[in-house]
Amino acid sequence: MATVFKKPSFLTDVPFHYCPGCTHGIAHRLVAEALEEIGAKGHCVGVAPVGCAVFAYNYFNCDMQEAAHGRAPAVATGIKLVDPDNIVFSYQGDGDLASIGMAEIVHAATRGVNITVIFINNAIYGMTGGQMAPTTLLGQKATTCPDGRSVEINGYPIRMCEMLATLDGPSYIARCSLADVKNVKQAKKAVLKAFRNQKEGKGFSFVELLSTCPTNWHLSPVQALEYVKNQMTEQYPLGVFREV
Amino acid sequence: MAERKLMKGNEAIAEAAIRGGCRFYAGYPITPQNEIPEYMSWRLPQVGGRFIQAESEISAINMVYGAAGAGARAMTSSSSPGISLKQEGISYICGAELPCVIINMVRSGPGLGGIQPAQSDYFQTVKGGGHGDYRMLVYSPCSVQECVDLLYDAYDKAEEYRLPVMILGDGMLGQIMEAVTLPEMKDAASFAKKPWAADGTGVGEGRRIINSLYIVPDELEAMNRKLQKVYDRMCENEVMCENYRTDDAEIVITAYGTVARIAKSAVDVLREQGIKAGLLRPITLYPFPKEYFESVMSSPTVKDIVAVELSMGQYVEDVRLAAAGRKKVSFYGRSGGNVMSPEDIVEYVLKEVK
Repeated sequence: MATVFKKPSFLTDVPFHYCPGCTHGIAHRLVAEALEEIGAKGHCVGVAPVGCAVFAYNYFNCDMQEAAHGRAPAVATGIKLVDPDNIVFSYQGDGDLASIGMAEIVHAATRGVNITVIFINNAIYGMTGGQMAPTTLLGQKATTCPDGRSVEINGYPIRMCEMLATLDGPSYIARCSLADVKNVKQAKKAVLKAFRNQKEGKGFSFVELLSTCPTNWHLSPVQALEYVKNQMTEQYPLGVFREV
Repeated sequence: MAERKLMKGNEAIAEAAIRGGCRFYAGYPITPQNEIPEYMSWRLPQVGGRFIQAESEISAINMVYGAAGAGARAMTSSSSPGISLKQEGISYICGAELPCVIINMVRSGPGLGGIQPAQSDYFQTVKGGGHGDYRMLVYSPCSVQECVDLLYDAYDKAEEYRLPVMILGDGMLGQIMEAVTLPEMKDAASFAKKPWAADGTGVGEGRRIINSLYIVPDELEAMNRKLQKVYDRMCENEVMCENYRTDDAEIVITAYGTVARIAKSAVDVLREQGIKAGLLRPITLYPFPKEYFESVMSSPTVKDIVAVELSMGQYVEDVRLAAAGRKKVSFYGRSGGNVMSPEDIVEYVLKEVK
């Protein structure tokens, strides 16, 4: 019988620890498929963040480094400079990348360092139990803004793609959603392009994936997908923000 | 070929690191160590290495983490406030058992402090400035030649124990120009293999994970016990210390780094005046040269110990621990970037000790 669907070779057999309805699993799979398709086997190093994806080093079937909170782009820069032939990626959440790691991501981007960054935006700190993130929507409730995020106290959510697209360094910046099959397919294309760019030496590539956190959003998995499709996509419009 | 040159301390450090195998440097500007990144920026590319000016000290130490984790001989340098920023990364590097070299050209603090020489980072360096149970191999050279000699073998030591080697200097050592003999470039083929390095080739069972996360308490405790064994082995084998005129000494001055050099002159002046003074100079601050101190503290000839340092009293605490109440330990310190002269030390000894 012909195999029509299988686990990508870039994923290990370790079961994901992610909550039901969380889209990290989909994002991991898209990254693994892209790595397989560009032929990164045997010359690839991934960098895991601090956050829900902290155990990503258990799941990707390649050499991995676990970075301190927010520092993944700096760690990835060090790895890439040591051997530019390696495919190097970081996989980071919104607290990691857009809050504590803002300096590292901006400077990796402006330097145009030839790495691929996968940015999981689920608008909340998941691992620590649902605190407000830099990308939490106005009015969205979190454990540190129990009445909802307010402009007066917390300011506005950050749009990373738009911000990084003002820089001359990046070669590719795109935002996709993991809310439904159509969008997942679109996201796959973007992730693949981000890795292909690196292989072709085009420089810094960045894909933001709008993701769910049903556990901390206190929504069912289906409601969470609807939240991404509606509220999140409204605040974070999908598209390609830079392509050189 | 070894060569003889007149060099500034900071530049000699950079060149010696390269000859010892350094091929990756990341740093951020801060006085008084700027000649190190400046030198590295043109010199590393000449030998096929990579230099990068990071956006912060935090980023620089994490670039070193990545590069060291990928198997390179990596280095960063900074001065006190910048080293404070690097502490998180240093702790991660120790937790992930990565070898690297870190230079701290200490300046006075706390806070922004000043840019003049100081030794007020002693606690931070030898007691662990970052979080968790970790140690580093810490050298405190007192001349440009000693910087070169220690740097040259620093990576071999860092890789043997899989931890950072830190050089504790100050602006005086970084800025002074002295004649040095530079050893020849080490052959990379002679370096120890690194089967643990995440160099990109790992797949399946053979993949490497650079990590310091142990969520199961027993696993983390086992890791800490393993690290402790490494530190114990380092304490057994790596102690370096200089005795100067201590054989018949009644007053033993103890100091490290550039201050030890000043104290050495003070010893000579005191000897000329008929006072039997000597100097005990630790070269490794960690491991602390306990046995050297033990022989001084248990000597019937020695009457007084004088700890001299550029701080309000940090190193002296370890000296007092070593004395364990057996000898009177006096403390003479300057701070804020003020540096004592040999005469100042002589005056202190004559007034307060003799």
